[in-house]
Amino acid sequence: MSEFEVELTPIVLLDLAFLTMLLLVAVAMLRSRHLFAVVMLSGIYSLLSAGFFVSLDAVDVAFTEAAVGAGVSTVLMLGGMLLTARREKPKTPGRAPVALAAVFATGAALIYATIDMPAFGDPNAPANVAVGQAYVDETPNDIAVPNIVTAVLASYRGFDTLGETMVIFTAGVAVILLLGAGSLRGGREVSDKDAAGGEEQ
Amino acid sequence: MGQLILRVTTKLLFAPIILFAFYVQFHGDYGPGGGFQAGIIFAVAFFLHAFSYGIEETKKVLPPKALTVAMVVGVLLYAGTGVATMLLGGNFLGYDAIDPESTHHAGQHYGILIVEFGVGVTVAATMLAIFYLFTGREPDIDQDDW
Repeated sequence: MSEFEVELTPIVLLDLAFLTMLLLVAVAMLRSRHLFAVVMLSGIYSLLSAGFFVSLDAVDVAFTEAAVGAGVSTVLMLGGMLLTARREKPKTPGRAPVALAAVFATGAALIYATIDMPAFGDPNAPANVAVGQAYVDETPNDIAVPNIVTAVLASYRGFDTLGETMVIFTAGVAVILLLGAGSLRGGREVSDKDAAGGEEQ
Repeated sequence: MGQLILRVTTKLLFAPIILFAFYVQFHGDYGPGGGFQAGIIFAVAFFLHAFSYGIEETKKVLPPKALTVAMVVGVLLYAGTGVATMLLGGNFLGYDAIDPESTHHAGQHYGILIVEFGVGVTVAATMLAIFYLFTGREPDIDQDDW
């Protein structure tokens, strides 16, 4: 382990503030039974995450989080919420102690693992000296694209991104197959009432 | 006509949102952004249209059938670039094969632009397809229902 010490600069305090707010929003989401409130809180959570990523200088990730997490996911969850009830069912007590023990064990293991991690912002951390530095050094020679994130995403790791695109494509195909059969191909439309025998949701 | 403000705002914002999507799409080499973000922003413009004019009107602007085609076209554009570089004598997705004579890796620029465009097309089409299918199932949202 290196001797790098984290100083309490304003940026670090901002990071801590973001993390605190994320924690508060997460707790509020857990406690709320009103699905509309939960969807809105998840949008706030994503927006706070985006702010946190900006403060960590990861603007590409922040941009994606703001667009996908705070934007589209919230809209799609609202759309999904319209198809179901507005309130979550009251929780059924039963295995709560087992779940609590599992969560605490996992959390303790994760916190124990952080002891071996390099300090926050350590310039000598493996992530900053090994492959990360190689990308920074070699991108101007190999790819000649100013944005290194794009160079890594689309060129160095083009296979990964092709796989990610396939994942999104597959998700779309799955939703079309589950919800859209018969409507997108011009076949017979089946309404919920026919399928459920006229039962109102 | 209780949605007048929403509709006027949508008319004002629709074109700039699309323009911003294209900016993010094609400026990804130089600044933050790329196909994933651009596709989402493009889809969001149509979400806004659907919110203020209703999903049926949006389906007239952008038919669901076009979306399924666009989903496939995007993936094929990406994978096809890989096949094209192989046919040109390079590796799969080895963009330098596109312009091997270039001294400043012009092939990388072209390759990245094309695959990012493929990503953007697939993401935008998929998001809109999912949105159509989710919201198209419940046509009337009561104002008091929230």
